[in-house]
Amino acid sequence: MTVTDTTEAVLAYDDVVAAYDPVLGLEVHVELNTATKMFCGCPTGFGAEPNTQVCPVCLGLPGALPVLNARGLESAIRIGLALNCEIASWCRFARKNYFYPDMPKNFQTSQYDEPIASNGFLDVELDDGSTFRVEIERAHMEEDTGKSTHVGGSTGRIHGADYSLVDYNRAGIPLIEIVTKPVEGAGERAPEIARAYVSALRDLLRALGVSDVRMEQGSLRCDANLSLRAKVPGAAPGSAQQRAVPLGTRSETKNVNSLRSVERAVRYEMTRHAARLAAGLTIVQETRHWHEDTGITTSGREKSDAEDYRYFPEPDLVPMSPDPAWVDELRGTLPEPPPQRRRRLQTEWGFADLEMRDLVNAGAVELVEATVAAGAAPAAARKWWSGELARRANADGVELAAMPVTPAQVAALQGLVDAGTLTDSLARQVLEGVLAGEGEPADVVESRGLKVVSDDGALGAAVDQAIADNPDVADKVRSGKVAAVGALVGAVMKQMRGQADAAKVKALLTERLAPADSTTDVSTS
Amino acid sequence: MSAISREEVSHLAMLARIDLQPDELDRLAAQLDVILDAVATVTQVAGEDVPATSHPMPLTNVTRPDEPRPCLTQDEALSGAPAAEAGRFRVPRILEED
Ligand SMILES: [Zn+2]
Repeated sequence: MTVTDTTEAVLAYDDVVAAYDPVLGLEVHVELNTATKMFCGCPTGFGAEPNTQVCPVCLGLPGALPVLNARGLESAIRIGLALNCEIASWCRFARKNYFYPDMPKNFQTSQYDEPIASNGFLDVELDDGSTFRVEIERAHMEEDTGKSTHVGGSTGRIHGADYSLVDYNRAGIPLIEIVTKPVEGAGERAPEIARAYVSALRDLLRALGVSDVRMEQGSLRCDANLSLRAKVPGAAPGSAQQRAVPLGTRSETKNVNSLRSVERAVRYEMTRHAARLAAGLTIVQETRHWHEDTGITTSGREKSDAEDYRYFPEPDLVPMSPDPAWVDELRGTLPEPPPQRRRRLQTEWGFADLEMRDLVNAGAVELVEATVAAGAAPAAARKWWSGELARRANADGVELAAMPVTPAQVAALQGLVDAGTLTDSLARQVLEGVLAGEGEPADVVESRGLKVVSDDGALGAAVDQAIADNPDVADKVRSGKVAAVGALVGAVMKQMRGQADAAKVKALLTERLAPADSTTDVSTS
Repeated sequence: MSAISREEVSHLAMLARIDLQPDELDRLAAQLDVILDAVATVTQVAGEDVPATSHPMPLTNVTRPDEPRPCLTQDEALSGAPAAEAGRFRVPRILEED
C-alpha cells in the first residue's frame, strides 16, 4: 500500500483559470538563528545527538519556568518592521493545548489574538519584472516542536505505526509564523505568485540575518491554503466584482519544502479543486500532504476536534510591551530591501538581467559583493562564483556559501591572474588547493609550483623544441595555414606543464614561423 | 446563572482524554456549575475600574540574554521516561491505522 494510490481527478490548468478565481493564503514558519531556545538556555545547533539539547523547561518538567529570549523578541520585531507591520504596544503569549507527543508540555507556547506584529505587506517581484503586493495578516512568536520517528507498521508513517520515538532537541527553538491575508487577484499567476512570495520572504529574512532560511533543513517551512471561487465573466482577477464573490472552501497543504514545490503544490490543488467543483462535488476543508516525488497531495485526515486548542494567556510568561524608542531603534537596523539592493548592485556591476538572476538563484550575490569589496573586478568575481565554484558546489551537493573558500581568497586568486602569475587554467588548480585546505592562493602557488613561467629563455627553448618535434605542422603554418599553430601551442603547453601563458606561446610561435616575406604584426595575434 | 451543559462536559472530557461515564457527566455538569458560580462572585467585588487580567504581577518585558546554559545529559533527560529507545522517548501509537 502506498499513499499515492489515492490519486484524484484533476482539471487541465487552462480550463481551471478560465472558470475559477484562485485565492491563496500562505503561512510560513521560520526558525530563528538564535543561539538558544525561545524560553530556555538550551542551544539550537542542528544535528546533535537526540535529547542532548534539552532541560527541565523544554521538557515541560514540573516547576520549570520559561523566560523569553531577548534576541527572539528582537528578531520578531525586526521581521514585523521589515514586513511593514504595526508592532503591538502590548501583547502576550498563549497556550495552544493539544495532546500530541511532539510537545512534552501538552501545549505549545504561541501567540493567539495578540500577535507581536500585524497588518503589513510585502511587495513581491515576479519573473517578468512586475510587482505584486501580498498583504500580511500577522507575524507571531511561538516555539518549534520535537521530532518524531514512527516505528513499525507498513511504511514508517504515523498511521498504523506500532510506536513512536521522540527527540526534543528541536522543541522550543524560536519560530516566527508569518500569515498572509487572503491573496486575491492572482488569477492564473497564483502558483508563480506563491513561489515568488516565499522566495521574497526568504531573501528578506536572510538579509535581516535572523534565520538560516534553509527550506531543505526545515528552517523555513510553508503551508499553502487554496480555495477557488467562480470566475465572474469579463471581470479582472482583482476587480471589485470578482472580490464580491464569496470565498470557496479551502484546503491547507503542508510539507511544502522547496520553492519549486510551493508553485507545484498550488497548481496541483487548483486543478484538484476545479475537478471536484466541475463534477458538482464539494471541497472538504482539510489538511493535505504534499508529495514531492509524485507531485500530488493526499488527505491528512485530521480529526474534527483537532482545531479546538482552548487557547488561554500563558500565565508563566509576563506580557510584552516593547518600548517605542527601542522599536524605532530596531527600525534603523533594517537592511536595504533585497529587490532594491539587487537593482543597485546590478547597475554598479554592469551585469545583464540573466547574469544577475543566475547569481540570485545561486545565492551568490553576497559572495560576489564581498569578492568585489576585496578587490576583484565584478565580472571576474561573477565568473568564479557562478562558474567554477557553482559547478563544484553543485557536484558536491553543498550550498555555494558553504564552499571552503572565502571571497577574499577568490579575490586574491583573481589578483594573481590579473598580475600574470597564473593563467585561468593554473588558477583553477590553485583553487583546488585552496578548497583542499592547502592555505591561501599564494601558498598553494608556491607549494604546488604552479606559477606561469615568465623566463623567456625556458619558454623560447620549449617553442623551438615543439617546432623541431613537429616539422610537418611547422611547415603548414609557414605556408599560411595559421590555424595549425594550435597543435604546436598544445605541445609547448604540455612541455611547460601548463605553466605558460598560451597567448604568449602563440605569439612566439607565430613570430618564429612567419613567412620570410611577411611583415605581420604578431604582437596582436 | 451559568449553565454548563452535559455536552460541554463531554467535549472537554474528550479533549482532556478523560473517559467519563454517563452518570459522571450529569454529576460533573452540576458540580462545574457550582464552581463557576462561586468563581463568578469575584466579578461582584471587582468594579468597572478593575480590568480583567491574566497575570497577578505588574511586570512586563522580562527577558534573558541569548546565551547558552548547561543542558541535561541524554541519560538525565530520559531518566523519568516510562520507556526509551535509541536515545529517544518511546511513546505509544499516536494514530490508529487509517
Ligand atoms: Zn531547554
